[in-house]
Formats: sequence, C-alpha cells, structure tokens
Amino acid sequence: MNDPSRPTGRLQRLAETERAPLDFHFDGQPLTGLEGDSVLTAILTSRTDLRAAEFGPGRRTGFCLMGACQDCWIWQENGPRLRACSTTLRAGMRLLSEPPSTWPVAES
Amino acid sequence: MTRVLIVGAGPAGIRAAQTLAAAGLRPTVVDEANRAGGQIYRRPPQSFIRPPSTLYGSEAGKATALHNLFDDLLATDQIAHHPQSSVLGLHDGVAQVLGPGGVSALPYDRLIIATGATDRPAPVPGWEMAGVFSLGAAQIALKAQGVALGRRIVLAGSGPLLTLVAAQLLDAGAGVAAVLDTAPLSAQIRGGLAMAAARPRVTLRGLGLRARLGRLYHAGVTLDAIEGDPATGPAEIRWRDARGRARVTPCDSVALGWHLRSETALAELAGAHFDWSTIWSQWLPVSDDEGRAGPGLYLAGDGLSILGADGAEIAGRLAARACLADLGQTTDPAAQALDLRALRRMRRFATGIARAFPWPAQMIRALPDDTVLCRCEGITCGALRATLPRSGPEANRAKSLSRIGMGRCQGRYCQLAGAEIMAAASDAHPAQMGRLRAQPPVRPAPLHALAVRDDEANNGRPG
Repeated sequence: MNDPSRPTGRLQRLAETERAPLDFHFDGQPLTGLEGDSVLTAILTSRTDLRAAEFGPGRRTGFCLMGACQDCWIWQENGPRLRACSTTLRAGMRLLSEPPSTWPVAES
Repeated sequence: MTRVLIVGAGPAGIRAAQTLAAAGLRPTVVDEANRAGGQIYRRPPQSFIRPPSTLYGSEAGKATALHNLFDDLLATDQIAHHPQSSVLGLHDGVAQVLGPGGVSALPYDRLIIATGATDRPAPVPGWEMAGVFSLGAAQIALKAQGVALGRRIVLAGSGPLLTLVAAQLLDAGAGVAAVLDTAPLSAQIRGGLAMAAARPRVTLRGLGLRARLGRLYHAGVTLDAIEGDPATGPAEIRWRDARGRARVTPCDSVALGWHLRSETALAELAGAHFDWSTIWSQWLPVSDDEGRAGPGLYLAGDGLSILGADGAEIAGRLAARACLADLGQTTDPAAQALDLRALRRMRRFATGIARAFPWPAQMIRALPDDTVLCRCEGITCGALRATLPRSGPEANRAKSLSRIGMGRCQGRYCQLAGAEIMAAASDAHPAQMGRLRAQPPVRPAPLHALAVRDDEANNGRPG
C-alpha cells in the first residue's frame, strides 16, 4: 500500500547512491529519486508497490524488469501510460498508480 | 546495399552486426534498451560508477569488449541503431517498430533475430503477490540500478542463474534469506559431469560460486507456498527440504526462475517453424547449424537455443556469415568451421545444464486448484483444469476458453506451466498440448501509435 508514513520502500539501494536527486510526484505526493533511476526504481525505493492488480485484491510491483511481462504499467497525470521498468525517471514527472479521474475507463 | 535488420543488441546481435559491418554492409540494429549489451551484459545508465569487474565479475572482459565494439561500430557509422525500440510485428519484409517517437516501418531484405530469452518461472502458490519477481529481475535490479528487491530475499528455482544471482547479491551486501534449488543433487551431479566435460573452467567457476552460498543454499527442495498479504507482499516461504521436512523461511521478497525460456514471438511471425525440445522442455525454432530458419531469416542466441552469452556470440557470427554467404559474398570458411565446432561444445555444455537443473514438471502438475497460474489476470490452475472438458487438451483452444495465455504478458510466463497442467489432466506429454500462436503486436502499443495512415507509415514517420 502507498503508506507515506513508511520510512522506506520495497527496494533497497546498495550502490550508486551519489547521483543527483530528481524530484517527481506519485499520486500527488512529492517523492525523490536519483538521476538514472528507472521509474520503477524511483517509486519502489519510497513505496511498496506501483498499482492495484486489475484481477484480484493485491498490489503490483512489476515482475520481470526487462519489459517482457507488462506488469509495471502505470499512469501519467496527462493520460498516457508508461512501463515503469523501462522508462528513465525525469525531473518533474507526475505519475499515478491509477488512471486519471478524467480518463475514460470501461465499466466492468 | 542489402538492408539487413538485426533485432536485439545482446551478445548475438552485436557479433552479427560486427560481422556484417566487416563485410561492408551497414546493418540496422533495433533494441529495447537504452544502451546495447543485452540482459546478461546489461549496462547501467552512463552516470553510474561501478566498474565492469563489479558488475560482471569473471565475465567483465567479455562484457566490456562487446560494449566497446558496439559503441565503436556506432561511432564510425558502420551500423544504424534504434535504441528503446520494440519490433511489434513483421510482415512482407517490413518491421513495425515502436520507438520513443512512435511507430515506424522499417523495410528489410534480410532479418537476423537475436531476441534472447526471459526467465522461465513456474507458478508457486502466492507468486501473484506484490514483491514476487523473476530471478532475472533480481539481477537486473542490482546490475542496472544498484538496488536489491527487498531486505530479506529468497531466491528460488533452478539453473545457473540461481547461484550466480545469489552470489552477486551477497557480494553487493544484499540480505539473502535462502537459496532454494528444486534440482536434486543427484541430477546436478549427473548434469554437472557433462558440463565439466564440455567446459571444465566454467563449471569449476560455478562450483566456486555455489560454495560461497554456504548454508543459505538448499538442493532438491519442493516449494509449497509463498505466504503473505497480497497487498504488502511475502512474509515467508514454506518449502520442504530434500528429505521432505517442512521448512519456513521469513522473507519480504521472492525471486523465481527455472533457467530460461527462449523469446520466440518474432521468429514465429517471421515464419520460423518450431519443434518441442526435450532437452529444454519448451518449443524452440528450427534452424540449420548456422541459424538459417527460412528464406532470408536467420536466428541467433538464446532466442534460438539456450546456450548462454558465449554461445550467443558464436551464433551471432554464424548467422551473419550465413546471411553473407546467401547474399553471394565470400566469407571465411575456416572461421565458420571453427565457430561451428565451438558451438557444438556449447551445446554439450548446455545439455548438461538442462539435465542438472530440470524444469519442475511434477511440482507444477501437483499445484492445488486455487493456485494462480496466469499472474496477469489471476486465473487459477483449477480454472484451466475445468476448461479442459470443453476445450480438449490443446493450448490455443484452452486459451480461448480460459484466457490462460491471453493476458498482458501474452503467455510468456504461463504457457509452459499451463501445458504441464493440461498434460497431467490428459495423461499426455506437454508437447502434445500444442503451442500458443504468437500474435502481433508482441509488445503493447498505444492506439495512437498504431493509427498511422498508409502514406505516413511508408515514409517511416510516427503517426
């Protein structure tokens, strides 16, 4: 869950920690990643998941990290989705774990 | 000039590009990564500082040689490179390529496919929860991003990557809770002898890595379940040791993988035929020894036959020389013969690996009905079993009725386990279940990228 009171996220940084910080937003909250992070790394070093599962009660964190499983697609505030494992973080990104409220979503 | 398209810039694709460029062609290389190297020699972003010896260990020299070679080919304009680009489909000599600017059409005369492999996971009860990853993901996270997937990671499955990733994580200071190998020691010894006969030094290096895992490593285990909360992820993994004793290992992350699965979707769209490989327990494309798989179609690397990075370099050269020979160019027959001999040695080694670290067919066949088989859409083993009376034991019909293989991964991570479940229920061999047909686009693409007018597509401009 995206509990901001949790001090750290799921992924643990082991190396390469001297890179420049990059600020971005996830679900409206300010987060900081490092230059060269994938979007997945940047989110999951602060949070424990990326999005809700569509077909079950769980949350999703990505699975293969090589662009093959398509588990880590998340949303941008301006609409288009992106694959978090293969997208490099840019400063100022505004990302969402669910579709923007203005986005047309099929009724289930 | 003949337009040769190479898909994939791993060891096979890079060596193919080098061979073609040396013959005066200027091949086009399409690759999904930012920087060429493939998965095993994957390069972190440019601002990262860990040296190759840290990233690639004993293989640092080979990795650096390939990276430098590719950068040099690019700097001297001997190749065209489309990074961050996926081939979505192939039709009538045109590749539909999705890149940062949208979809474009790349016409080609000859095609070399070097798309590598993915992990081959098997379902384990609970594997659909957050915080369960593939084994390759654990390695990519470390190598390309400098992160560990959790604080207490369990690595489970089988194959050379299991031991390698565990050793790399330990070296990097990650918390590894256990390394659970489903391959019995007896199989590992039998296969290991064949491995050692073919490549003694590589086999010894593997044994050295294994020794460093110490008591974290367990052979011959059976995985029972990953327990935890679907929202927050694993809390523990339940397993049985080689003597059948129940064990529990607390963890916050699990990485699963049983060696590799060839990535063959594009080869199929390009017209390759397939055979069931009894060695690898999966469908593999059919080619001649040099990689010819159809008119103007060449395959190389793990996407053809899972021989690993060294074998992929050889196969990349072989395929490129075959392509050159078919174009009427003179090639070096001595070099081709030498590489063919080297490839045979790689094949003997790989056959030993397959014997040492078998696919856990019995574990999959015994999965309970409520275990999720398709982690994309949460479809259970029981749902597939219940489909069989209507679909019959055939993968594509069962897919239509159960949606096993229809999710966003397009069956990459459930097809082989699904075939095992169907085969068990039908008292048959998984090869008799047929093979899921590959469907374009082989990667998801936004509709606006695909909605291109014909005249724009022919000019290669994004829509």
